[in-house]
Amino acid sequence: MTLNKFNLPDVGEGLTEAEIVSWKVKPGDAVAINDVICEIETAKSIVELPSPFAGTVSELLVEEGVTVDVGTAIISVSDEVSGDPTPADVRAPEPPAQPLYGKLPVDAAEEPTAAGSGSSPANAPLVGSGPKADAVKRRPRKNAPAASVTVNAPEVEPVQPRTPAEVTGSETAAVDNRPTLGGTITGLVNRVLAKPPVRKIARDLGIDLADVVATGSRGEVTREDLVSYQAQRDAELDKADGFWGKAGKPQDQRIERIPVKGVRKATAKAMVESAFAAPHVSIFVDVDASRTMEFVKRLKASRDFEGIRVSPLLILAKAVIWAAARNPSVNASWVDNGDGSAEIQVKHFMNLGIAAATPRGLMVPNIKNAQDLSLKELALALNNLATTARAGKTQPAEMQGGTLTVTNIGALGIDTGTPIINPGEVAIVAFGTIKQKPWVLDGEVIPRWITTLGGSFDHRVVDGDLSARFMADVAAILEEPALLLD
Amino acid sequence: MGTHLPSTEFDGTAVDDQREADAEAVLGEPAAPMVQLLGPDGKLGADPVFSRYADKLTPEALRGLYADMAAIRRFDVEATALQRQGQLALWVPLTGQEAAQIGSGRASQPQDYIFPTYREHGVALTRNVDLAELLRQFRGVSNGGWNPKDTNFHLYTLVLAAQTLHAVGYAMGIQRDQKLAAATDGAGKEPDAAVIAYFGDGASSEGDVHESMVFASSYNAPVVFFCQNNHWAISVPTNVQTRVPLSNRAKGYGFPGIRVDGNDVIAVHAVTEWALEHARQGKGPVLIEAFTYRVGAHTTADDPTKYRQSAEEDAWRAKDPLARLEKYLRAEGLAADDFFAKVRADGDELASYVRRTAHDLQDPDIRQAFANVYAEAHPLVAEELAWFEEYSAGFAGEDESAGQAAKAGH
Repeated sequence: MTLNKFNLPDVGEGLTEAEIVSWKVKPGDAVAINDVICEIETAKSIVELPSPFAGTVSELLVEEGVTVDVGTAIISVSDEVSGDPTPADVRAPEPPAQPLYGKLPVDAAEEPTAAGSGSSPANAPLVGSGPKADAVKRRPRKNAPAASVTVNAPEVEPVQPRTPAEVTGSETAAVDNRPTLGGTITGLVNRVLAKPPVRKIARDLGIDLADVVATGSRGEVTREDLVSYQAQRDAELDKADGFWGKAGKPQDQRIERIPVKGVRKATAKAMVESAFAAPHVSIFVDVDASRTMEFVKRLKASRDFEGIRVSPLLILAKAVIWAAARNPSVNASWVDNGDGSAEIQVKHFMNLGIAAATPRGLMVPNIKNAQDLSLKELALALNNLATTARAGKTQPAEMQGGTLTVTNIGALGIDTGTPIINPGEVAIVAFGTIKQKPWVLDGEVIPRWITTLGGSFDHRVVDGDLSARFMADVAAILEEPALLLD
Repeated sequence: MGTHLPSTEFDGTAVDDQREADAEAVLGEPAAPMVQLLGPDGKLGADPVFSRYADKLTPEALRGLYADMAAIRRFDVEATALQRQGQLALWVPLTGQEAAQIGSGRASQPQDYIFPTYREHGVALTRNVDLAELLRQFRGVSNGGWNPKDTNFHLYTLVLAAQTLHAVGYAMGIQRDQKLAAATDGAGKEPDAAVIAYFGDGASSEGDVHESMVFASSYNAPVVFFCQNNHWAISVPTNVQTRVPLSNRAKGYGFPGIRVDGNDVIAVHAVTEWALEHARQGKGPVLIEAFTYRVGAHTTADDPTKYRQSAEEDAWRAKDPLARLEKYLRAEGLAADDFFAKVRADGDELASYVRRTAHDLQDPDIRQAFANVYAEAHPLVAEELAWFEEYSAGFAGEDESAGQAAKAGH
């Protein structure tokens, strides 16, 4: 008795793997040559595999639903029945109604969301990405090879591909890649830049590229970013398992005590101060930001903005500056004098604060004299601010003297929220996520890029109608960036 | 029943016919008819020109056409299975096009020269190519697989439409040979020959086809352009390739174009026989458009369910070339159950032979690659081979064969 093993073939051109969708035989079944033994799904299609052997199925070596590399043995067939793998009486396969390629169930293609089917993302490409390179393996050479051979033999060790672990070890020490402002700005723009191999890795790891902080020179997600993101995700997941503590442990021993200090302490103090000292009034407005998205797209394509990261946040920043000039009271401070009197100080300059989640916590660095900056200069300033914040190198001076703040909660996928005013200021604008929603335009419902602006104002300084006019002005720019020209 | 069926896919609905001339330019006038003798119902019709050729087919020949079609279909299934079992890198199925290939191939004579694409397995069968050798290229152990001079069946051409130029060049060579033979008083004169250039509806869009037709027409070359319109250039449907029946294009080059039902082996045989005669007699080229259908995938790496409806495939299965000839043979009492049983058994035997042979096909020796660079010995190649031998010999491990060493060395 001989056991014949059937290795998964490459049924397309250059496919590297396939999933066993279903077995049509089970151990003990008799099979003839060309009997269909299983159905596999490759990157290209669902395909039925005919048996190359006649005999009795001995073992199914791969379970249904498992993806294996081409060349992996998937079934073993003992030749007890016929003995000859190529007998003369080859049975003709059933005249195939579909000649040996399968059919997707009608709805399977539409609903790729089956739980746990992380192995085949819905938007996986149709075509395989080429044969897998053979592992670099050097064959042993005889001692003292002939001289001519030495001359011609390669003298350099083949370059070993770096493992993710090696990459992490060497790179993450220098660059902290946790989510920061820079990344969140990028996240706003729908299309995430990344090179194809990086996309492939992200797909393999089941990572949505939009979630990853990009540190590439052109704002693209790099391989290192992915590795860092994955490491962080793993760490969080690991922690999640043990988070609830041992079951029997008394609850008072299950409280984790974290000293409040540094940025957390400062943030808490500032927020309490602000929330209790300044009576907040918050208003919200939905905005059709489609033209802003177009404008951003055009800026990105323009030669003038080459190499500069442009995002809708840039337009919002410009809009806030423009709207503040038309409604100056939002760019002001409430100052209590020692003698019980108070004064309102209207600032005729804009130090525009950008709330940023940094490695050290929440920070609000600001761009000094933002009103004097051209669109391009403002974009550069935003880039610098993001880079500095991301590196955790924001200086105290960069956080002082702010006059009005923007918080970009949309980067986290949030529609809107009630922001708390940065102490010493009287207004803050929350920029919600921009996504396509049904929108009524000229009596018709059409998909548009919609965002929600939220604003909180110190009611001691800014009344309802002023806050409304300011927000309407900001919204007007997002709806029609061309207004910036006047 | 009618023998000239109107073409159905150019119904003019997509035409902006504001001006009559525009519509005419698109639709042509009248719409090109399609020659059909044996309909899907298995009834034989008549045609003023081609019935004469069809009548020449003896019962034995008709049974032979059926046996050929059944054999090549069985072979096709086996080769597809071999690919799915990892024994072939790729397979190009022909199922659905048996009549177009067997009918035209059987109409050719031994002295004719055939330039196939990469799907003409049926034609290869009619030219006595060993079908197991046909698999060598698809297994990746040969750049060709057979000697074209033995069968006048050229090697498969994978570059789309390139073979149409080769075919016209070859046909022009035949003309010159004939002139030479005539000048030398006809001594040792060989029978008049013609060339068949096979290509598909997809290749018809290639510039090579245009150039070859221009030259064929200008020189009145003895070539038959045989276009198998199987309706799908991988995933691109024919109506994207052309706005008029492909056979109409011949008119623009100045030679006859005939659309024939490519699933009617009798009509294909008749039309091809007529066209080859026409060419051999020095009357110039002919374009035949065999209106057929690729029932299977473009290749084993393709999945047609991604781009076409199974209803369309079903409609074409109803026009199956084998089924209609079987109906005819049975109705006319030309063949009975025993004949069809024998055909089936022969098919299985062929499949078994092909499977056995494919498993035994040897990986080529890399030295063959050195040997094939020049026809004669060449010092540079000899030097490179010597270096390679020395390099290969430098590895430890005697168990590894030279062939494997060669693979890893390149």
